Amino acid sequence: MSGILAAAYIAASVLFILSLGGLSNPETARRGNVYGGIGLIIAVVATILSDQVTAYVVLIIAMLVGGTAGAFVAARVQMTEMPELVAILHSFVGLAAVLIGFATYLDPAHALFGIEKSIHEVEIFIGILIGAVTFTGSVIAFGKLRGMIDGKPLLLPARHLINLAIALACVWLGSIFVGNPATGGVVWPLILMTVLAFAFGVHMVMAIGGADMPVVVSMLNSYSGWAAAATGFMLSNDLLIVTGALVGSSGAILSYIMCRAMNRNFISVIAGGFGTSGGAVTSIEGEAVPISAAATAQLLNDAQSIIIVPGYGMAVAHAQNIVSELTTALRNKGKKVRFAIHPVAGRMPGHMNVLLAEARLPYDIVMELDEINDDFPATDVAIVIGANDIVNPSAQDEPNSPIAGMPVLEVWKAKSAIVLKRSMATGYAGVDNPLFFHPNTQMLFGDAKESLDSVFQSLD
Amino acid sequence: MKIAVPREVHPSEYRVATTPDVARKLIDLGFEVIVESNAGLAASFSDASFETAGAKIEPDTAALWRDADIVLKVRPPEHHPTLNQHEADLLHAGQTLISFIWPAQNPALMDQLATKKVTVLAMDSVPRVSRAQKLDALSSMANVGGYRAVIEAANHFGRFFTGQITAAGKVPPAKVLVIGAGVAGLSAIGTAVSLGAIVRAFDTRPEVHEQVESMGAQFLDLDFEEDGDGAGGYAKEMSPAFIAAEMSLFRAQAADVDIIITTALIPGKPAPKLILADMVEIMRDGSVIVDMAAEQGGNCELTEPGTVATHHGVTIIGYTDLPSRLAAQSSQLYGTNLRFVLTELCPQKDGVIVVDMDDEVIRGTTVINNGDITWPPPAPKLSSLPKPTVTAPLPAKKEKTHNDGARSSLAILIVGGFALWGLGAVAPAAFMSHFTVFVLACFVGYQVIWKVTPALHTPLMSVTNAISGIIVLGAVLQVSTSSFVITLLAGIAILIASVNVVGGFLVTQRMLRMFQK
Repeated sequence: MSGILAAAYIAASVLFILSLGGLSNPETARRGNVYGGIGLIIAVVATILSDQVTAYVVLIIAMLVGGTAGAFVAARVQMTEMPELVAILHSFVGLAAVLIGFATYLDPAHALFGIEKSIHEVEIFIGILIGAVTFTGSVIAFGKLRGMIDGKPLLLPARHLINLAIALACVWLGSIFVGNPATGGVVWPLILMTVLAFAFGVHMVMAIGGADMPVVVSMLNSYSGWAAAATGFMLSNDLLIVTGALVGSSGAILSYIMCRAMNRNFISVIAGGFGTSGGAVTSIEGEAVPISAAATAQLLNDAQSIIIVPGYGMAVAHAQNIVSELTTALRNKGKKVRFAIHPVAGRMPGHMNVLLAEARLPYDIVMELDEINDDFPATDVAIVIGANDIVNPSAQDEPNSPIAGMPVLEVWKAKSAIVLKRSMATGYAGVDNPLFFHPNTQMLFGDAKESLDSVFQSLD
Repeated sequence: MKIAVPREVHPSEYRVATTPDVARKLIDLGFEVIVESNAGLAASFSDASFETAGAKIEPDTAALWRDADIVLKVRPPEHHPTLNQHEADLLHAGQTLISFIWPAQNPALMDQLATKKVTVLAMDSVPRVSRAQKLDALSSMANVGGYRAVIEAANHFGRFFTGQITAAGKVPPAKVLVIGAGVAGLSAIGTAVSLGAIVRAFDTRPEVHEQVESMGAQFLDLDFEEDGDGAGGYAKEMSPAFIAAEMSLFRAQAADVDIIITTALIPGKPAPKLILADMVEIMRDGSVIVDMAAEQGGNCELTEPGTVATHHGVTIIGYTDLPSRLAAQSSQLYGTNLRFVLTELCPQKDGVIVVDMDDEVIRGTTVINNGDITWPPPAPKLSSLPKPTVTAPLPAKKEKTHNDGARSSLAILIVGGFALWGLGAVAPAAFMSHFTVFVLACFVGYQVIWKVTPALHTPLMSVTNAISGIIVLGAVLQVSTSSFVITLLAGIAILIASVNVVGGFLVTQRMLRMFQK
């Protein structure tokens, strides 16, 4: 029986890898996702049928309830809410890791001695630690993304010291826990550590600003993977280890990509807060020139090539559908319309792509930063919808700017740029944007959806 | 306020300062528009069409000038032949005149206008900043002039512009050389290219290279380093050595091309002589030269300003009124430029103008403010093409981090190696086999994830989320125990992990269904 179980696990591992590999291309992605689902079903069914599992009633009830809830959420969630959903799902993995860790610790079946016992205890300790941080971190990220918690970084006076103190306390608690000779004897260091880890998770994400959310979400994605891997070590289960490692490295790579897209290093994002660089930022002089929806439509009528740069504001205004209609109308007039997506546009990696796909825009006109950035000078009109920091020229020519060196979409090089914006507020990074005062730029103020609606109406 | 548009009195001036279309928009801005009868006739705009647009027609010239608040004109005020009075004398205090003035060339006119206590905005003095582009009548007129120059050349050139292969034999395309790639030059290039000619262009400012090529012409490079970029997007005078090199280029081209269009001007100086008599002699019979700088003395030595001359079989066109020769188009563009000036002057859109001398564009354009001569204006703050500021320290910094990166990755490798060795020394074999699986899985993950297209990063996160729901296995393995606490903990874990698994896969599937070509 254990041979069949191992075979099932191998099959599941392979299917998971194929599933992630499938995502290299939108055409193979759906098949990949199905592979992943099959892999999971194989693994779960094989485990349930193994000799170790007998409590079918609890198991099936829990699975049915959980599965139904999951299906319900998956069917109902709006695409603009994807970051929140992903964050809250991360928290579930974290919490499950904590619960399983405690269950393993309490389970008398694992009677080990000597170095094996120590290693096992370290595994439990680390598994619970990562799970707990993932759990509360994800809950806070969820709150921030939903707007239930203020998106601004909460910067406690001695936040680095607090983090350090928590880390040291955890090491100390770990040494007490592992060093104790009695099996299942001392549970208090474990509980205390869990509480500290919860607090650490809260504090860590609270200190990170809204603009860094893509990094946080992908980092928590990574953590949830490491939590699964630690659980795998705890239970000596290779499938969990493999899966956890896949997910963990996936999240880590995404975090890296996001950090690179903001020209920030991972540590400084995690440490939280902007404004570490010195030097005075030169204030921007100028006047933003407003434009009406009708004039925008006129400009678009006259334009041959158009690039649309969506940002988080498009998601907030739920404007993706009208963007799609506008694009279709312009394309039918024979105009070249493309989209430029900055890697950190929105609140999670690939956020904009999903919204545009939801609005049925063909993915081959949706371009990445590197693909399209050189085309702005040859573009008649660039439309910025609710984006700010990712189109800020300060990143290139203001060495003291907090976002200096971040790659940005060079919309100001287009013949004219229209910026849709609710008001003259600064972006999440709190940086003024000289783009708005650029001579080629005109501002279309108002809710993005309503503005684009009236532009669409005025198009002839 | 009342806007008056008098008929232009200059001989062979066919333009008019407004068109029915523009008049309608001015009325929308809250102005009253009065047009002198037959003012638009030469530009093919009838009085009836102005009336349809909502403007009034005034046959009495003197009354028109007297009753106006704002007078829009094309040419600077001059002696009125039928009233036998200078147009400037028709103005009275408090009125505003907007037209071409050329204050540097017409100091007497400036003084005359100043004594009348009027406000004068000169369309030739609009500052060359990006914001003022839509007010820039010089560019509009240069554009029309460039087009017309090619049409005039075609009129005097005895052959096709485009190359053809016909039953009656092969026709080679005409070769056109455009000297000076400003607005007029680029317009000429575009027109000549669209007629099918082979077009070459030369300019002393290397940065127009791209603009020339974007219009479909070949940029003639001079093997000589000197940047001819003066202030405000205009050219400056070049060194003698440069001019010598330039001349030999033109001499070589003269033997080859059929048509030469020259547009070279240097602000405040007579036009540079670029096409000398010997070059005209080199040109083939039937060739045409259009000298767009004729008014400033001409770029060609043999140009006779205002007329067409012929030397050695080469037609040299020295018209100084090219925009007026395309009067309907010029009037429409000029009228629109004027409308934008009025839009700037009338921010409230209530038909009342305010001359805001703090506004850079209005300040630059206003040459007389209530009788005070305010010309020349202070230097503009910005050139239309600001030079990119080079930040030297950046690359150096980059290199440093690169070195640091190599060193720190080596350090990580060493530390990692020692850690691995330490772990191997104490850990049991079972742990090490799990660890092997872990490390290999990390590497597989690394390889696979880099291939994921950025567009699918959100589905990637949700699918990895679903997969990490595999943690449910841990709970499944624990749930079957006699301890109630463990069963409870494991049960909750199964519940929430199931949410993850099912929710994650379904939402990913939903998302991926949306991605379509």
